[in-house]
Amino acid sequence: MNHRTRSILSFLGIVASLAVVWEAYKWMGQTTGGTWPSTSVRLPVRTNNRSMPHLWDIAQSLFQPARRGGEDILLVILLRAGWFTFRSAVGGFVVGSAFGFGLGILFVRSSVAERGLMPYVVASQTVPVIALAPILVIWGGKLGLPQAVQVAVIAAYLAFFPVAINTLRGLRSPAATATELLRSYAASPSQQLWKLQVPAALPYLFPALKIAATASIIGAIVGELPAGLSRGLGRAILGFASSFSSAPEKLFASVAVSALVGILFVGLVALVERSVVPATRRVTVDAERPLA
Amino acid sequence: MTSTISLDNVSMVFGSGIDAVKALESIDLDVQPGEFVSLIGPSGCGKSTMLRVIGDLISPSAGTPQVNGKSPHQARLDRDYGMVFQSATLLDWRTVLENVALPLEIMGIDRPERDAVGRKMLELVQLDGFASHYPWQLSGGMQQRVSIARALSFQPSILLMDEPFGALDEMTRERMQMELLRIWEETETTVLFVTHSIAEAVFLSTRVIVMSPRPGRIVDRIDVDLPQPRGFDTREHQRFFELITRVREALRAIEDEPA
Amino acid sequence: MKNVRSYGPAIVIFVGGLAIWELVVRLFNIQGFILPAPTAILSAFAAEAPTLWRAGLATFVSAVSGLAVGATGGVLAGMAASRFTLIREGAMPLAIAANSTPIIVLAPVANAWFGLTSPIGTVVVVAVLVFFPVMINLVRGLLSAEAQELELMASYAATRGTVLRKLRLPGALPYFFSAMKIASALALIGAIIKEYFGGPQERLGQYITLKAGLFQFEEAWAAILLASAFGIGMYGLILFVERKAMPWHVSVRS
Repeated sequence: MNHRTRSILSFLGIVASLAVVWEAYKWMGQTTGGTWPSTSVRLPVRTNNRSMPHLWDIAQSLFQPARRGGEDILLVILLRAGWFTFRSAVGGFVVGSAFGFGLGILFVRSSVAERGLMPYVVASQTVPVIALAPILVIWGGKLGLPQAVQVAVIAAYLAFFPVAINTLRGLRSPAATATELLRSYAASPSQQLWKLQVPAALPYLFPALKIAATASIIGAIVGELPAGLSRGLGRAILGFASSFSSAPEKLFASVAVSALVGILFVGLVALVERSVVPATRRVTVDAERPLA
Repeated sequence: MTSTISLDNVSMVFGSGIDAVKALESIDLDVQPGEFVSLIGPSGCGKSTMLRVIGDLISPSAGTPQVNGKSPHQARLDRDYGMVFQSATLLDWRTVLENVALPLEIMGIDRPERDAVGRKMLELVQLDGFASHYPWQLSGGMQQRVSIARALSFQPSILLMDEPFGALDEMTRERMQMELLRIWEETETTVLFVTHSIAEAVFLSTRVIVMSPRPGRIVDRIDVDLPQPRGFDTREHQRFFELITRVREALRAIEDEPA
Repeated sequence: MKNVRSYGPAIVIFVGGLAIWELVVRLFNIQGFILPAPTAILSAFAAEAPTLWRAGLATFVSAVSGLAVGATGGVLAGMAASRFTLIREGAMPLAIAANSTPIIVLAPVANAWFGLTSPIGTVVVVAVLVFFPVMINLVRGLLSAEAQELELMASYAATRGTVLRKLRLPGALPYFFSAMKIASALALIGAIIKEYFGGPQERLGQYITLKAGLFQFEEAWAAILLASAFGIGMYGLILFVERKAMPWHVSVRS
């Protein structure tokens, strides 16, 4: 059995055992009346269908109408919401990554800019940036921006940081001898940038883009909450959360679809990486580690 | 008297089927206690593989290696080997002294004793005064001396050295060679030494084993009858040049062979 | 002198930025719900200090508890995954996939499971958030030992446990701290966003949504200020422990 099949089998095995743990926990609770076996200690999570629906009920709910008498099944509604959130996330991702990339180039060119701005770029991440979401939404409203754009701005705010940091690191990655070689050809600074530094930065850029992809999905979902958008995943989750006691499986289904959207976005970036960066040049870097 | 190392018809094949690579083919070798034996040959001739078979880091596909009359595995458990690689392989988080004492620590020797032994070893490689430095504060040559001190700290009967001076500059290298010979004489350890340098092999060894690649095998064994102890004069000795020529011709014969 | 050169630009931007901010707000008479002046935020901070402090501390405690639980779990899972190849081959892709999902959407589930008034929900969400990056980094760290280092340990006939203690774990430390820096920021932000989805009153997340909803932005900004102070404090603490724990590492030695 080769490495790949073994990996896939192991992956499926772990997913299956997690599902078994869910159902076994539920079964145990139902049998003992909500306590650990032969004790009177209560289980941390209630095991009734209201709290932990059967996994097959969750799956089934995806294919049933979301509202009584409604036409669309839940899956269609969630995918539509997911598509909406994905679009704002992509908008934010593109803007944020472009900004981060530009910042990286600015910093590698000007050490004054780096010393002046870098502390704030770093601080912006120790600050709970998303805490700004309600405020940004008000600003956007005042400026008359469409709500999807407001959400995208929040996504961009989250996405730019890892890209800026890793771009800078990647641009600095060429060996001193490579830089000296280009200098000996009297290459202009922009030739040096595009012929040496940017290609060298690509392996560093993609891990950051993957993080930015997830971050922008999170930004979009969280941004939808105060924005009062009725169409995205964030709102769908909030809505199903409020009807949790009557239909918990819908909340779990929407959580699953959110996870799927995140994975697909990162997968998309990984696909691009595959075609741009050869496997031997790929690096694993902690995109968030700023000043190492 | 039992040989320190004896290889009897040892072969090593990596991979299988059409991808199989014969790294070693029917190797016979006998090393007596206190010998200094160098393995030399072009890349891919299996000299590092041979070192690893003897050190029980890999198991041979066929044949019976013996070390001090035991299997290499037993010899490893008895801590008969000190290993030195091309890179010093010092652990970043340990001071120089702690690095030297690492094998003793693993063997469960208590702190005062292993510190004392470690300091003595650092004296031996002339690095007393650097005990509490970290590896990154040392030059490449100094790091390699630490790694030799570490290999000797538990008085193994055999030193297995895989191109230990390959990454050093020529001047440092010559100084290290002298130092290694001095240590070899003082400790009476048996040394198996892999190298790419003909002059190094001749200067250091009592015997030079010439190997050829694809499949890896021994093509010549040259006794080095230069007077002991070796020193500056050795390199200017007429016999030194003759032996270098001898090894060079053996190596050239490999290249001329039809593939 | 070197310090002035390296911190100078940052300080100039800090002071200049604040001054321009204050000036613009005053000159153009910008209203508080668009952009409150720094002085207005400071006075809101002073006026609300007791409430803010209680809310901040409660959120901080949840974040730190979640961080502790999640990091412990991540370390244990990482050690298990690095020990057993078969588990690792499936668990690593799974962890990386999980890390690509917006885990924060578990917040309403946690609220439903543990109740809106219980702080456990926040701790659990933060723990899940932190778990994956710590686990992934720990596996990478434990596997970062080089072939030659392993051969060296083999030549001493070191046991598996000894190799773990003397080689793999120290080698994984830089990876662990790197994960903890990511995790500390995640924990605090995660706790606050979790509180957006509902949770006990007198928490930073609830406070910010409440004040923003009332257009009292001075107070909301003051809360954000406090949150970032906590965040920087936590990051600084981890940096400090890192320096103490591995004075030998490239990122620490001077």
